[in-house]
Amino acid sequence: MKFIKFTKKGIYCIPGKFYLDPWFPVDYAIISHGHADHARWGNKYYLCHNDSKAILKHRIGQDISIESMGYNEPKMINGVQVSFYPAGHIIGSAQIRLEYKGYVIVFSGDYKTQPDFISVPFEPVKCNEFITESTFGLPVYKWKSELDLQAELQNWVLQNQQNNRTSVFLGYSLGKAQRIMKLVEGVDDVYVHSAINNFNKTISGSGITIPETTLIKPDFDKKNIQNKIVILPPALLGSKLLKRIPNAATAICSGWMHIRGNRRWKGVDAGFAVSDHADWDGLLEAVKATEAEKVYVTHGSQAVFSKYLNEICIEAHELKTEYGEDELAKQDILKTETA
Amino acid sequence: MKDFSNLISAIEITNKTNAKIEALVNYFKTAPDKDKLWLIALFTGKRSSRPVKSNLMKGWVMEITQLPEWLFLESYSSVGDLGETIALLLPNPENKIEKPLNVWIDELINLKSETDEEKKAYVLNAWNGLKAQERLIFNKLIGGSFRIGVSKKTLVNALEKLSGIDANQLMHSIIGNWTPDTITFDELLSGEHINYDNSKPYPFCLAYALEKDLEDLGNENDWQVEYKWDGIRGQIIKREDEVFIWSRGEELVTQQFPEIVEAVSQLQGSFVIDGEILAIKDSTVLLFNDLQKRLNRKNVTKKLLEEVPVGLYIYDILEIDGIDLREKSMAVRRLKLETLFKQNKSDMLKLSEVINFKSWNELDDLRNAARSFNSEGLMLKKKSSIYHVGRKKGDWWKWKVDPLTIDAVMIYAQKGSGRRSSKYTDYTFAVQNDDNLVTVAKAYSGLTDKEITEISRWVNKNAIEKFGPVRTVKPELVFEIAFEGIAYSKRHKSGVALRFPRMKRWRKDKTLKDIDTIQTVKALIEVN
Repeated sequence: MKFIKFTKKGIYCIPGKFYLDPWFPVDYAIISHGHADHARWGNKYYLCHNDSKAILKHRIGQDISIESMGYNEPKMINGVQVSFYPAGHIIGSAQIRLEYKGYVIVFSGDYKTQPDFISVPFEPVKCNEFITESTFGLPVYKWKSELDLQAELQNWVLQNQQNNRTSVFLGYSLGKAQRIMKLVEGVDDVYVHSAINNFNKTISGSGITIPETTLIKPDFDKKNIQNKIVILPPALLGSKLLKRIPNAATAICSGWMHIRGNRRWKGVDAGFAVSDHADWDGLLEAVKATEAEKVYVTHGSQAVFSKYLNEICIEAHELKTEYGEDELAKQDILKTETA
Repeated sequence: MKDFSNLISAIEITNKTNAKIEALVNYFKTAPDKDKLWLIALFTGKRSSRPVKSNLMKGWVMEITQLPEWLFLESYSSVGDLGETIALLLPNPENKIEKPLNVWIDELINLKSETDEEKKAYVLNAWNGLKAQERLIFNKLIGGSFRIGVSKKTLVNALEKLSGIDANQLMHSIIGNWTPDTITFDELLSGEHINYDNSKPYPFCLAYALEKDLEDLGNENDWQVEYKWDGIRGQIIKREDEVFIWSRGEELVTQQFPEIVEAVSQLQGSFVIDGEILAIKDSTVLLFNDLQKRLNRKNVTKKLLEEVPVGLYIYDILEIDGIDLREKSMAVRRLKLETLFKQNKSDMLKLSEVINFKSWNELDDLRNAARSFNSEGLMLKKKSSIYHVGRKKGDWWKWKVDPLTIDAVMIYAQKGSGRRSSKYTDYTFAVQNDDNLVTVAKAYSGLTDKEITEISRWVNKNAIEKFGPVRTVKPELVFEIAFEGIAYSKRHKSGVALRFPRMKRWRKDKTLKDIDTIQTVKALIEVN
């Protein structure tokens, strides 16, 4: 840790005098992406990727002091060169590269190495120190390709239609929802919950093209929805709105659905392992590609992943952070958001 | 095997019984005869011993994936199922093998006699030709156990829907003596191999929990009061010297209780009786926990028979010498029952005792004393009541003892199995002993799914260990633990043993300093 330190408020760059995704309010926050556990309320000044700017304003407040820049556009802050690289996690997600006196540290934020149809694909960045997430840091996690997922989701919808059922997908309103929209694009009309609709408006408002959707209002006409596709935030599982949807077949889209126990726990009709985080091979590939001398492992399976890295002769340390230990934790955040 | 694999996926994902039945019916409509028979065999626990040891399979996976053993085990403890862990760890298949279920099963049966090298070649080839979900099924076929939430009753209901044949007859058919090689699907359903007339059960008469004051039940003389027992409610049928035992869940459990079958066979005449199967040792009724060791076993070993002997407490009689008695009054049926057992004395079979009492106010003390001999409380039955079909309010009431409770703190958490394998569901609780904590109970039931999810998340954040299945947690979460009884015990460090502990409530309003001490817990023994 040449020029950063891990503090109670978050990861701090000493010469740069700024924080990366801090979890308590600070003067200067550089934000990797728009999810609530990374982009928090109360900072005096924000810096993020161009595509995240509108999302942060929508989520935190229109009046925040915020600046944005593109990928690969370095900016000097107190002698530290800061630049963003695509993280492939959601729209606008960035790895944050810091260079000071020739020494490079990269903070991954959340990332996914497999390309999807909607976010800019992950790009590995060479560095001396790499701070990586480890949400799915166990070798049992192995994602299908986007094309396979597309076929899987679309087949499910078509099969539901044959059985006269309405396909309801549950996924986070930012990121997952837009990815599902893209995966089922062209099959039939897609209806979305207001939380998702708000993000859709924000995203397309900043010039990014996403598939067309219709807002599902609480008093929707059942006839119009029958046999169509609906996307709702996971917190709406068991809600009145979901119960009103005629002949609903429900599916959760989350990396956790890779394990049967998780699929069965939720009591839904299907579970699809659509993850915005890297799988085991993705994590390993990413770490190796950085050629980092030291790796810090944050949220997820940090104990397992860092132990394994050390065994394959990559120096690794665990790091305790306040980022979502469990993707499900985001549901609580969502609840307050949609309330 | 694709269809079978799809069926399993469809059954697993839902917790709605109707959806499971629907999936089964669809499978039965299209699958080949042999596959259908094997499915019934697998789901009813007719299985042969495993052809390949799980340790061998684990070794091959580690060899293929080049993963260290600790990481294999870490994966296993996260997934919670060995067959699934293996299916997920292996690299994607390079080939595609499609064979019907019965061919796979035949091959696996033949595999048993081959060498380890031959087994390895066969299994690796299969793994490399099957997708993850089919691989999981293949691994389960090797293991032979399909615990996927399909009870015999669900299976039978699906077969009834398919064929229109009475469910109880189907239950007898599938449990009867048959093998997939010696019968066709239609023969099995038609029940040619059984004599259903002899085994045909009656629906059970059930009681509601008492919801009014005893005084409001009217005259004491109109009621028959018995102890309530917590075992397996059973209907025992003896017709033409054949004996059958049906459980309350309408499963035929005859084979599980050979000593009862033996004792009933000794009796004269034909009859149908209703009673409670209990673990009874030295004339003392044991706990349901003990009886549980006897349940759902394929073979009841001699050792088990000695360890947990069972007996029957008889409540009622529904038929004698072919005559249906259910429309007769309780009082009349009781007399018939007493007459039958006056002629037939048996240690194994005892009439449920009718409690003598004069006034309602005597009963509360009797109810609370019931705990001391492992009775659950009292049953109140109207002497004029007929033997109803199912639950009917007013004639039969159950009046259970109130559970004992203590407040204890969670100190360990462990993941569950099956549906619960993704969550920390099994907890160990402690109470205060001077400055230390001492373990008093393990419990895994009583919470809602939502609470379990919340606790699992908390465990993830507050666990002290990083590896392995058991997590030591900060003593912080306080629960009200309910239990049916308490006794001194030398086997437990705390010196006490609780009966049926379960979580009554998560006391979010309490902290570590509010929990019970071992002294207050022991004091409960003196009072009860």
